[in-house]
Amino acid sequence: MNLDPLNFLGQTLALLLLAPLLSGCIKNWKAKLQNRRGPRPWQVYFDIAKFLRKDMVISEHASWVFSFAPYVVFLTALLAGLMVPMINAPAPLRLFGGVLAVVGLLALGRFFLALGGLDPASAFGGMGSSREMTISAIAEPAMMLAIFTVAITAGSTDLSQIAQSTQSATWKLLNPAHVLAFAAMFVVLLAETGRIPVDNPATHLELTMIHEAMLLEYSGRYLAFMEWGASIKQLVLMTLLVNVFFPVGLAGPQASVAALGISLAAYLAKLLALSAVVVVVETTNAKMRLFRVPDLLSTAFVLAALALLSTFLFQ
Amino acid sequence: MLLTFALWAYVAGMAGALVLQRAERLANVLGFGLAALGGVCGVVFSVSSLAAGRAVTIAPVTLWSGPIPDVRLVVEADALSCFFVLIVSLVGLAISVFSLGYARTYYGRKNVGVLAAVFNALLLVTTLVFIAGNLWMFLIAWELMALLAYGMVSFEHEDREARQAGVLYFIMSHLDAACILLGFLMLAQAAGDFSFASLRGIGAKLSPQQRDAAFMLFVIGFGIKAGAVPLHIWLPVAHPVAPSNISALMSGVLIKTGIYGLVRVCFEFLGPPPMWWGASLLAAGTVSAVLGVLYALMEHDLKRLLAYHSIENIGIILMGIGAALMFLHTGHAVLASLALIAGLYHTINHAVFKALLFLGAGAVLHATHTRNMEEMGGLAKRMRWTSLFFLVGAVAISALPPLNGFVSEWLTYQSLLQGFGTTTSLVRLMFPLGGAMLALTGALAAACFVKAFGITFLAQPRSDHARNAHEASLPVLIGQGVLTAACVFLGLFPTAFLKLLDPLTQQLTGHQLSQQLTLANGLVLSDATAQGGTVSTLGITLMAVYLLPVPLALWAMFGRKARTRIAPTWDCGQRGLTPQMEYTATGFSKPLRMIFKALFRPRREVQREYDFSPYFATTLRFESHMEEVFQTRFYRPVNLWLLRLSRRLRALQAGSLQAYLIYVFITLVALLLFAS
Amino acid sequence: MSVHDTLLNRLKRGCETMAYPKGPAPALPDRHGGALKVEAAKCDASCSACVTVCPTEAIARPAGKPVALDLGRCIFCAECVTVCPTKAITQSNDHRMAVRQREDLVLGDTGKEQVRLAQALDEKLRRLFGRSLKLRQVSAAGCNACEADTNVLGTIGWDLGRFGIQFVASPRHADGLLITGPVSKNMELALKKTYIALPEPRIVIALGACAIAGGPFIGHPQHHNGASGLVPVDLFIPGCPPHPLTILDGLLRLLDRLGESDARR
Repeated sequence: MNLDPLNFLGQTLALLLLAPLLSGCIKNWKAKLQNRRGPRPWQVYFDIAKFLRKDMVISEHASWVFSFAPYVVFLTALLAGLMVPMINAPAPLRLFGGVLAVVGLLALGRFFLALGGLDPASAFGGMGSSREMTISAIAEPAMMLAIFTVAITAGSTDLSQIAQSTQSATWKLLNPAHVLAFAAMFVVLLAETGRIPVDNPATHLELTMIHEAMLLEYSGRYLAFMEWGASIKQLVLMTLLVNVFFPVGLAGPQASVAALGISLAAYLAKLLALSAVVVVVETTNAKMRLFRVPDLLSTAFVLAALALLSTFLFQ
Repeated sequence: MLLTFALWAYVAGMAGALVLQRAERLANVLGFGLAALGGVCGVVFSVSSLAAGRAVTIAPVTLWSGPIPDVRLVVEADALSCFFVLIVSLVGLAISVFSLGYARTYYGRKNVGVLAAVFNALLLVTTLVFIAGNLWMFLIAWELMALLAYGMVSFEHEDREARQAGVLYFIMSHLDAACILLGFLMLAQAAGDFSFASLRGIGAKLSPQQRDAAFMLFVIGFGIKAGAVPLHIWLPVAHPVAPSNISALMSGVLIKTGIYGLVRVCFEFLGPPPMWWGASLLAAGTVSAVLGVLYALMEHDLKRLLAYHSIENIGIILMGIGAALMFLHTGHAVLASLALIAGLYHTINHAVFKALLFLGAGAVLHATHTRNMEEMGGLAKRMRWTSLFFLVGAVAISALPPLNGFVSEWLTYQSLLQGFGTTTSLVRLMFPLGGAMLALTGALAAACFVKAFGITFLAQPRSDHARNAHEASLPVLIGQGVLTAACVFLGLFPTAFLKLLDPLTQQLTGHQLSQQLTLANGLVLSDATAQGGTVSTLGITLMAVYLLPVPLALWAMFGRKARTRIAPTWDCGQRGLTPQMEYTATGFSKPLRMIFKALFRPRREVQREYDFSPYFATTLRFESHMEEVFQTRFYRPVNLWLLRLSRRLRALQAGSLQAYLIYVFITLVALLLFAS
Repeated sequence: MSVHDTLLNRLKRGCETMAYPKGPAPALPDRHGGALKVEAAKCDASCSACVTVCPTEAIARPAGKPVALDLGRCIFCAECVTVCPTKAITQSNDHRMAVRQREDLVLGDTGKEQVRLAQALDEKLRRLFGRSLKLRQVSAAGCNACEADTNVLGTIGWDLGRFGIQFVASPRHADGLLITGPVSKNMELALKKTYIALPEPRIVIALGACAIAGGPFIGHPQHHNGASGLVPVDLFIPGCPPHPLTILDGLLRLLDRLGESDARR
């Protein structure tokens, strides 16, 4: 398998560096919409750097799984990110797997994250794990169905190929299947990245949280990897949304430097636009009761099913 | 002749263990040792013949000819047989090694000689089912398999639960034998012969209605054996009560005989399939997969949980086979091979990881003396290797990359996605919807195994038994290690394994796919129009290794001086955490129980006794039940109806000889009229 | 009001967070006095009006010294200021009061007329926590006044988050402990456990008269007279309760985030 080292290196660095900045931007914008000054967009870097340098406290009940999980969470997010085209169409690890592998890798990370939550014998961790696995279990079919819709149109599960086929002459952005699938994926994005109305990333009340509850026992370096991994996962999912559904400006293979520059600018603009939508949704909604979340996610599933049906009708 | 040697090894193991049953150590070593030897021979035989690409490995051999013409016992082995012999031998080998250690726990308590003998006999008859060359051989081996398994289900017959499970298993397996017998008789009548050779393509000679009837009989018969919903009710009852090594064999191999039968019959005997065959198998598979995993989630009995997962995985296998039949109908032979490969790949994968998980459950059961997960916990520190092996199995069965479950589900997804373009009718919506349900199944399975592994192995021990648990003995670990290695191999090197399937798809669909499916070290799916997709589990693993320096470098850069300290778990400043404060298995699955309450119909009773205020209860009793929908809505009404019918028929039994003679006379006249 | 109006309204209002510390600090309200100042030279040796009037026995007349006012025990009722005939004790409207050493809060000696304001953390810790500090709050039998004033820092006007300072749920994620209340016997274990749960390096902040010295509960058998007997305290923020500005000043002073000239006087 040929691996373009520059592409690989570039995307790895982009994933590592862009992810915390994006999380920071969203936090900053949310604060701005609350009329605050807000933490600086690069605050997340400071947090991660500090956690990396701090000592760790590990629970006496934790086993080897606890120490194994942060690395799995971090690496699976990174690997999944390398399979999604960011600024040029053949993603570096394109041949290593398409969208099924991306979903699988993120699920592997979640599997270990949930185990890490259970390991220290804390009730909060168990609760977080239980809720995370529940939410993801009902989010995953909606996500798969939405992706299937575009994959069927493109005739491939290869993300680079899906992006290129969406981009190609037939302008499919206003295709009803496409719009419906995008709506479904957006709901899934909110659920998978732990955002309002599904989870509250800023909450301090143990009983209302899902993702943070699993991390309660992590400290120092492990916490840094967990948080970083979570922000990379968020970036990956958002990239998936913007580049699969709106591959505008995405550079193709053997693109010139200028084309890559345009592609990067377009990518960042799309990413920031999507973040802005997430921010508005988070600011204008209240967190749902846990047992209302399945309603939201089944709406996403129905949207995706409708998308599929319209593929059937309009093809 | 390696296969003959393997069969003789099983026979010798059976006989030896029975003869030596007084000397249990010797019986153990001889019985399970010979079984392991037979397993090795079986693996070498099947791998070598599949690798050589031979379509027919053993031409029909008559073992025994009866006094009546046509009553013969014939064996033959083609690629399909070899594939299933590989499954039984590989899993049998690992379980035999495991049993060498595990059977010690029965010393002085149960007859280890009988256990070893029945185990060998089971391996023998299961192998014979797969290599049967005519109906006599097949049905006799099938029946023996059911009987021996019944014996093993009620091995711990002191237990009421085991006796009841045995009876249910006995009834269901005879129902399935009856259906299969009827189906085969319909075919054999058309063929005028009992040999499999003459049954090939015989469906073409039947009328469509007869073919459909035969198909239904086979689906019910083999479906019961495989444990497909709604014919599954015996499986979660019978598998857990057997000794763990037998559970592993039953869940890993025995239910696969149902899959073998379906593939053999649908692809070889019944002729070109109509659309609804495949569609109904796909639908049944989807339902089995989702319901199986949902019921598994509600279990806190570790072995029952695993048994329900067998139903789920049989569902996934049926999805592949159903899709393959649909593609055969639409004339897409290449896609049919892909879907069939997906189903068969999942068959061996499930055999490997389910046996692994049952062996792990056995080791845990031995260490903690309970199957109830609520009394386990903290075992990852006490049983390091077992926990590692179980975790590998859990990741594999949850279809997570890079292990084998992911590979076969990837193939299933791909065949379902490609299926959308094969037809223009509304039926094609089944494919992506099936795919979405497969995603739901996978995510629920992951949730279930987070629970199974997390509650069993992590956190604080919830009982004294769990607190004093110790690592299992060496053979027990080696047995699990073999299957773990198989999981990793089947996960990381699918291309190597897919080559073995070539003669098989050649035989069943006329296509070899390994050339089209494989790249240097990954799977690639492509045809002339579009590239379907690629995946490389080995590549993913290597990349993970390449990227590992990233976190390690960050550690070295920033956290060189950081130290690690062990402290109590954060308990919000309370007086320490007790195991009672941990999340339980029941609590873990509660959100899903609430979400799917239409299915589970949970019911709970709380009784609170108090002196002065309901907030300060003196005693608290909590009970929670779930309705077993299939039993109450399907089997119980049928059962009641049967009983009522029998009560009516009792009127015939008047007790007078004259009346009986009249019955005989009437029957005779009726038969004569019918015959003329 | 629809979502649309809410958003528009929010956007119209713009940033409502105060400019401090870049701009000038907002003035303390008239009813909320600032730091006390003791000029012992002015003190009349025969008078002990302040000692008797002080409700928390914060003022003493130790042997050989004219007067000693312990700001750590002071609840800022300013009765002493009123009764002092010679104006030896005066109250400013200066909000800055946080100190690093407990004895820096004792006023009265020559050269110690005012509080010796807190020095920043040492170089190593400042580099670690300077731009990211997560705090875990422990209310050790606090009356909720200090807690409420700490909470004010999270409102949009103050927005503590803009400094990278954040309150977190888990002590494992925290770099510092912010203690309020006199630490009752019932909360002793919880406080100690929280401290143990914090990964090193860690800092401890005692907030309010109770947490510094027990406040009105000083000497009570069910209380520990503040946190310093149980855990090593790095920053004392006096007040009953301290004004949010005092708390913010203390935190930023500790992190050296106030600007060089101000912090290193």
